[in-house]
Amino acid sequence: MTVKVLRRVAILVVSLFVASIVVFLFMAVLPGDPAQVALGVNATPELLAKTRAEFGIDQPLVTQYLRWIGGVLHGDFGRSYVTRDAIGPQLLDRLGVTLWLVGAGMLVALVIAVPAGTFAAVRHRKPSGAGVSGLSQIGVAIPAFLAGIILVQIFAVQLRWLPSGGWTPPDQDVGEFLRGLVLPALSLGLVQGAVLTRYVRSAVLDTLGQDYLRTARSKGLLPGQALFRHGLRNASVPVVTVLGLQLATLLIGAVVVERVFVLPGLGSLLLDAVSSRDLLTVQGIVLVLVAGVLLVNFVVDVLYTVLDPRLRGS
Amino acid sequence: MKARIPVVALALLLVASGCSAGSSASVASGPDTLSVGFTAEPASFDFTHADGAAIPQALLYNVYEGLVKLDASGHVVPLLAKSWTISPDRKTYDFQLQPGVKFSNGAPFTASDVKFSLQRVKTDWTISVKSAMDVVDHVDAVSPDHARVVLSKPSNGWLFSLTSRIGAMFSPTGVGDLANKPVGTGPYEVAARRRGDSIVLQENPAYWGRKPAYRTVVLKYIADPTALDNALLSNGIDVISSLTSADSIPQFQGDNRFTVVQGTTNSEVTLAFNNKRAPLNDTRVRQALTYAIDRKAVLDLVFSGRGTLIGSMVPPTDPWYEDLSKVYPYDPAKARQLLAQAGVKNLDLRLRIPNLPYAVSAAQVVQSQLTEVGVRTTIETLDFPAVWLKQVFTDHDYDLSIVQHVEARDITTFGKPSYYWGYDSRRVQQLLAEADSGTTEQQVADMKQVARQLNTDAAADWLFLYPNVIVAKDKVTGFAQNQVSESFDLTGLRPR
Repeated sequence: MTVKVLRRVAILVVSLFVASIVVFLFMAVLPGDPAQVALGVNATPELLAKTRAEFGIDQPLVTQYLRWIGGVLHGDFGRSYVTRDAIGPQLLDRLGVTLWLVGAGMLVALVIAVPAGTFAAVRHRKPSGAGVSGLSQIGVAIPAFLAGIILVQIFAVQLRWLPSGGWTPPDQDVGEFLRGLVLPALSLGLVQGAVLTRYVRSAVLDTLGQDYLRTARSKGLLPGQALFRHGLRNASVPVVTVLGLQLATLLIGAVVVERVFVLPGLGSLLLDAVSSRDLLTVQGIVLVLVAGVLLVNFVVDVLYTVLDPRLRGS
Repeated sequence: MKARIPVVALALLLVASGCSAGSSASVASGPDTLSVGFTAEPASFDFTHADGAAIPQALLYNVYEGLVKLDASGHVVPLLAKSWTISPDRKTYDFQLQPGVKFSNGAPFTASDVKFSLQRVKTDWTISVKSAMDVVDHVDAVSPDHARVVLSKPSNGWLFSLTSRIGAMFSPTGVGDLANKPVGTGPYEVAARRRGDSIVLQENPAYWGRKPAYRTVVLKYIADPTALDNALLSNGIDVISSLTSADSIPQFQGDNRFTVVQGTTNSEVTLAFNNKRAPLNDTRVRQALTYAIDRKAVLDLVFSGRGTLIGSMVPPTDPWYEDLSKVYPYDPAKARQLLAQAGVKNLDLRLRIPNLPYAVSAAQVVQSQLTEVGVRTTIETLDFPAVWLKQVFTDHDYDLSIVQHVEARDITTFGKPSYYWGYDSRRVQQLLAEADSGTTEQQVADMKQVARQLNTDAAADWLFLYPNVIVAKDKVTGFAQNQVSESFDLTGLRPR
């Protein structure tokens, strides 16, 4: 098992390295001069040249890359072309917001998907089960931003129960923080919940057909008891896989939802940084997002072996 | 599974308690707090190093003050200078300063701070607007309340520029961390900032002038126009500083919770012709295109008819404004005739525009109207600012473009042949120079001639002047109708 985990770690490191090169090259081919954007429309050629030198973007690409990645390895993401502030702390700050959003969205999704999926599986021959499946199909088809817009119209603009956007840090006012998180988390979580419901349903359905459940029931357990005691752990293996994959979609969904709800997360920072050609910041954000997705996949791989002893040997 | 159930229950409980905590989702609570929504967020607080309109919009006149200020009708009026005199040769300015003024860090404001601030523009500022200070030869602190500025040549433009960010007064003890800790003499201080969300301004208790009506002002930054509208509709903010699309005006007008204020700006939405490139270097071709476009139709589509038709690069708040919007009435027949005279056939032009809503809508109308007079246009949408700045503005790689020119008195750009207009007129350059050095009366007369000449030459087609549309809760009053300075001036706002 240790060898297996070590091999995964090696894959993770190589992937991150390759990703950093790809991210860097993408930035290099992006049209537009960061110095020009930073200086504005009346910039003189001298001032432009000076600013390019200051940003280091007049250097060869290899030098620029090595300087950047060298800094990142020491935890230094450089300074923003636009704000001239250190990027690292800024990333950490924004990442916090995005993680709250993704976490809350995931929670909403699980709260919906686990009971709904199990229900749909157990009653898969009944109209109520089919009804839940049908609802989940509709949910899958709605993009998170649309869900967000609809929720804002109802709960913020019409009813005025919750804010239409904005962010209050939890350490400042927990009540406002939660009120602000409800709608974004719902718009992200409802859609994800619908997607997950389908996976939970098929996983549970699969488990229900297994011999060991029949054995458990023959020992006198009710169907529900048998499922909870013996079935759910097995059903959770495929669900955890999907959860890992979905986490990546959730991160991407968060980028859009942050825009709709004006949340100062990584996504809104990314959009701002791209439009102002704040390339170092963009590189930093994309690297963090890529690292996040790779890390999740890594954790999922490891979790597999923990959840399912049968996978440890192979 | 066992561990997860309490977590879920707790979350549901928290969500439920959040919902019942109060029915109004208001950020701005209390009568002396105001929350204002903006679309563009300042990159930092340091407008000496970072360009962009958002920083002075938030800080100028509110946190920083200059010797003079621009009022809503476009006049230069006293601020930190009580009064000033100009020598007969128009090169020496004597400013009498307000007594008893203090910076927010406690340091007194005196003539030596004027000297420090004005000289610092030349030595320490890195953004391009600093060139407006080049004309200053030296500054003397004659006495604590008397500062004398000597110019190397007369310049009306310089005094006007003092109303912008380059005239902001700094203290030598307050420039240590400009990007994070602004220190000015204004009625507000920066109390907090949440990047990507808001800036909180708090009343400066030691302010020398009239106290502002709102002790706390929250500047909320919401890039998406719909989200900005929703924030006002759901009590998240009290004011939308400037509406970017006219579509949402009816819903605010039809609701008695809100008032809509409309005025003008300095922002000319201009169809630029590349004057250097054939066949647009032929005046007849440019005039033909100007006749071919129904500017009223453009304005109707882009901003529901709100905004002003101007006909030259001058907004009504400049003293030399004349209505030149009717010189080229919509006349496709005349356009065809002029094109024929110029010997131009099968004209195919590249209309390269920024990816901004107003430009995209305006381009559609322009394209269809030019097609009617036999001019084909290909619309190319460029990422703004980065790609547009590089390709159109810097490299002049375009035939036609549509962009807002937001700076005050930017008619002077037609005096620079290297500017992206590619417009090169000795007469206009001479008139601009004369206007800058002459008396106020000469300035007005010369500038009128510049505007007329640009109009005659069809140096560009001024589609319309962008309106200033403020939407606010009914209880907030005191807005300046026109947005002509760089500042979103909070000092006049008060509760009804």
